[in-house]
Amino acid sequence: MTEPLQQMEAASKLLELKNIDLSFGGVKAISNISFDVMEGEVRAIIGPNGAGKSSMLNVINGFYHPQQGEIWFDGKQRHSMKPYQIAYQGIARTFQNIALFKGMSVLDNIMTGRFTHMRKNMLWQALWKGPAEQEEIENREFVEHIIDFLEIQAIRKTPVGRLPYGLQKRVELGRALAAQPKMLLLDEPMAGMSVEEKEDMCRFILDVNDTFGTTIVLIEHDMGVVMDIADRVVVLDYGRKIGDGTPDIVRNDQTVIDAYLGVSH
Amino acid sequence: MASSAQKQSYPAPGLDTFPKLLQHNARMFTNKDAMREKEFGIWQSWTWSQVADEVERFALGLQANGVKAGDSVLIVGGNRPRTYWTMCAVQSLGAVPVPTYHDSVAEEMQFVIEHSEARVIVAEDQEQVDKILEVEDRCPAVELVIFDDPRGMKGYDSEVIEIKDFVTVQAQGEAVRAKQPNQYQDLVSKGKGEDISIILYTSGTTGKPKGVVLTYDNTLLTGYHGGLMEGLTENEEILAYLPVAWIGDHIFSYAQSYSMGFCVNCPESTETVAADMREIGPTYYFAPPRVFESLLTSVQIRMEDAAPIKRKMFKYFMQVAKTTGIKLLEKKSVGIIDRVKYALGNVLVYAPLKDALGMGRVRLAYTAGEAIGGEIFDFYRSLGINIKQLYGQTESSVFITVQPNGEVYPDTVGTPSPGVELKIADNGEVIYRSSGAFHSYFKNPEATADTKTPEGWVHTGDAGFMASNGHLRIIDRAKDVGAFSNGKMFAPKYIENKLKFFPHIQEAVTFGDGRDDCMAFINIDLGAVGNWAERNNIAYASYQELAAHPEVNKMVAQSVAEVNESLLDDEMLSHSQISRFLILHKELDADDGELTRTKKVKRKLINERYKILIDALYDGKTQCFIETEVAFEDGRIGKITGDISIHDVKTFNPVAQAS
Repeated sequence: MTEPLQQMEAASKLLELKNIDLSFGGVKAISNISFDVMEGEVRAIIGPNGAGKSSMLNVINGFYHPQQGEIWFDGKQRHSMKPYQIAYQGIARTFQNIALFKGMSVLDNIMTGRFTHMRKNMLWQALWKGPAEQEEIENREFVEHIIDFLEIQAIRKTPVGRLPYGLQKRVELGRALAAQPKMLLLDEPMAGMSVEEKEDMCRFILDVNDTFGTTIVLIEHDMGVVMDIADRVVVLDYGRKIGDGTPDIVRNDQTVIDAYLGVSH
Repeated sequence: MASSAQKQSYPAPGLDTFPKLLQHNARMFTNKDAMREKEFGIWQSWTWSQVADEVERFALGLQANGVKAGDSVLIVGGNRPRTYWTMCAVQSLGAVPVPTYHDSVAEEMQFVIEHSEARVIVAEDQEQVDKILEVEDRCPAVELVIFDDPRGMKGYDSEVIEIKDFVTVQAQGEAVRAKQPNQYQDLVSKGKGEDISIILYTSGTTGKPKGVVLTYDNTLLTGYHGGLMEGLTENEEILAYLPVAWIGDHIFSYAQSYSMGFCVNCPESTETVAADMREIGPTYYFAPPRVFESLLTSVQIRMEDAAPIKRKMFKYFMQVAKTTGIKLLEKKSVGIIDRVKYALGNVLVYAPLKDALGMGRVRLAYTAGEAIGGEIFDFYRSLGINIKQLYGQTESSVFITVQPNGEVYPDTVGTPSPGVELKIADNGEVIYRSSGAFHSYFKNPEATADTKTPEGWVHTGDAGFMASNGHLRIIDRAKDVGAFSNGKMFAPKYIENKLKFFPHIQEAVTFGDGRDDCMAFINIDLGAVGNWAERNNIAYASYQELAAHPEVNKMVAQSVAEVNESLLDDEMLSHSQISRFLILHKELDADDGELTRTKKVKRKLINERYKILIDALYDGKTQCFIETEVAFEDGRIGKITGDISIHDVKTFNPVAQAS
């Protein structure tokens, strides 16, 4: 094992997945996968199409419930939960196909990310006086910091549907950040972007990791990006784990090379 | 001659430097807003007394870091409160602030760092610090970089340069103040009016930039008396959105703000300027002609897309405004029916339009730097916006001439400002002597001697004459004015400006010096032509593709022919009709060195780089292949190649007679 890995052993595990099995009817999407995510690291999940990467993210944030296996998050074993409960636990995500409210402004979209931090009930919200108003002001202030952080001041009030793709991705990241997550799941944050947009996005992801200390798990196809920004990489193929380690280790792993270049199975 | 010997007065006795003015304002306007910046979606404001406190702490902090009288401190940042505070803090130590363009690339910045001999640099953010670190081994004199925005700066380190946060330096200053409460006062009172207040590097259409050294007596007095003449008060609001390294911003957003006591507003980001301007509603506004042009173009584009009833209403009332508005603005007599019509138009069109442009409260607007089209000028004036032209340069602390109220003509730039003497030299060049006339060029006595005579007359380098109404009229840069092979005058800028008045022409470069005919390069305006293409179902993927479209070429040819026709009016210039033109395959860009940072054409470079195209124009070819290098924003170099078609244009009679 290399130096950084040993150091990481010392850091605490934020998430640990043990022997996860997930199948849809007769189709086995994930079989017997275990890996962990350290606090504060950037962890990438890579693999060819259909390898089970998105399923893995969906297991982590509770969209799918694995038939077998254990999920440990923040020191506690997690039992079957609804996605919103998991959101309350501190996991936020973005989606492969942008899932924003197209007709709402950038500001309002990011505000929806704050829902886990709104405590006042519907009656207060409807009256919008006193505590509810105060709460809204506090949350708005937080959202404004995110807008500043992502440099999207100029589109604050623009409906999301009118924005180009790259900016929509950035807004989605903003919404996930608004939840102040412990862990951020990014499903192909750079798919379909121009080189310049990718560079911007990389910078934002690293800045998030740097500034807020957020742990990041991301799926990405662009190998250059993954090798540049990930601390460790886990490689999936046909629902099985075929590699795990630092970018350098993974890059030189024969099984991984075979999976990417295509060897008959 | 007596006027120049007589020194103009300071705002109050003894207030001869900006740090002194700041202390004065902190007493006079203690709780009045001096500065605002939109941050986190809200306008944050600082009163004069708060600004004085910020500046004092930073100044003492700089001193604790070894900045002393006579040092240069480089400032590289956008329009942010701390950028302006840094200027005053540096000045209060008797040191000299050297603001530089924050969009300049590392090499350009390196020149200024080296030439100004700055040891300390105050940079806005990570982007600027990165540029400095990129050239650090070539700038050994630099010891300390202070950054304003801590974003991304965690863990920044350099072996040669110390890097500090703005607030850390202020905290150091605070500690000094706690021990020696009178220290700052002592420093400030040492300043004198004839001290050097700032060095501004001119962008330079030729060669390396020159550092223009200005004293407090230059900037402070010129700004103050310019403001007095226009009746500015402490209640003005101005939006600071132009580069701080440019003399205009320095006078309007700094010298005049300090001497008049009015509030400066900093936009949230460069992309939000229009929205921020609307929220603030400035009363005093400056914009170069191209900003007024592009605003008008965007209004026209949006009106084309508006519902028919709105479009008709706009057209009708703009016609009313054209005949009545300017007369009302100049307080001339207007009939009652026209007044009623104008009032109705004001409710329905003018007021909402001015509000949308953010000009609802503008009392005084200036434009300068280039000629402005009569149409554009009249459009704003007819809406009741008092926009006036002025003529000036860095070396004159802006003001040489200003159009007086009621005497505003599109083709002249007005009468001399207070304290300015103006002459036309024998070679046709405009020269002046004024309180704002610069001290010298930094470390360049030859250039100083070339430009400023021992008697204090400064050569502007512009060719012009006094029109019959006593107003100055500028023709062109004196060195650009050339002659055709038959000896007739060729004034390229004059023709180019005529071309640029068309909304679909963004930039033009004309050739003719030493040749038989005049030829032109054209850049189309992507916004205006793109919108036109959309409405006419013309598909395009890039600037290059749109520029090569035959319909676009036809439209430009039409405009060029109209310019040719209008050149007939001027006997001196009727020979300058454009016989052939081409539309360039790329936009001329400051990043490629083709324009200056203030967007002026660098003729010499264009002559060399596009020689093949110029030759093709004069050889009578109809097609030409070209390959050009372009610099992307991230510094990489790419290539654009393409075939460019060349078109003949209709010219009008006198040319035929002459040849």
